[in-house]
Amino acid sequence: MLSPPVVSLVPAMSSRLPLSAAESEHGDALADSTAWVDALRRPGAERDRAVARLHELLLRAARFEVSRRRAALSHVRGEELDDLALQAADDALVAVLGKLDDYRGASRFTTWAYKFALLEAGVRLRRRAWQEREVVLEPEVWPLMADAGQGPQGQAEANELMGAIKDSIDCCLTEHQREVLVALALNGVPLDVLSERLNTTRGALYKTLHDARRKLRAELATRGFALDSI
Amino acid sequence: MDRHTNDDTLKRLLGPAEPEVLCDECFERLDEYVELELRGEPADKRIPGLRAHLEGCPACHEDYESLRALVENS
Repeated sequence: MLSPPVVSLVPAMSSRLPLSAAESEHGDALADSTAWVDALRRPGAERDRAVARLHELLLRAARFEVSRRRAALSHVRGEELDDLALQAADDALVAVLGKLDDYRGASRFTTWAYKFALLEAGVRLRRRAWQEREVVLEPEVWPLMADAGQGPQGQAEANELMGAIKDSIDCCLTEHQREVLVALALNGVPLDVLSERLNTTRGALYKTLHDARRKLRAELATRGFALDSI
Repeated sequence: MDRHTNDDTLKRLLGPAEPEVLCDECFERLDEYVELELRGEPADKRIPGLRAHLEGCPACHEDYESLRALVENS
């Protein structure tokens, strides 16, 4: 059983309160965040207690993420999901402690810390959900534009746009950009799954997707398509 | 299959029209963005490009939804 921390290390602001009340507690929340950081920086038993409390907090966040995604992971045993949440909390703890100097107080410390646990848990859960699935880098089926009730002319225009997109992908993107765009945008492969298979990071992969999309938009604009509403 | 399906397909292929931050900056400022939203402050004005990124990046969007829900329920 953990000893209670010397300082108050509980989330200070409850958003269940009306916003005006929550705002009035903002100052308390900032003071509480300072207490967290001070406790985590101070050597000795106080830091140990703060680290233990932080791990509890991160584990709660990781379990929260598991509970949100449980429906998509119904084939995975509960014990494995518990273990996955614990791993996520462990890695998030290392990340939070390693980046403590980056915390600038732009949000409450607890909110800042939560995001590390949610990221670690989310990545693991998405990858676990795709563990037995093949990642396809070629289009499985080229989408046809659905009949959206816009009449024959509107339908023809929609199909013309999709045809132009396909041509632009073939002519204007690099092979890597093409594979990434098709896998993510057409075949529904999660970013974190593809980044693992291609041995890269989410950020680097999204940059590839971003550049491919920019090229596509530019090419379609030169072909006379108005994309302002998309 | 309807207009929403068409729009979703096009949005996945073409991404957001507006300038966007990328994943690293999104992660860096996500906590601030969520708290601004929950306090009713103009998050999109204070952190331009983050909303566009959330529309274009499903992974960061899921992280955003989870963080917002967790903070709301804390």
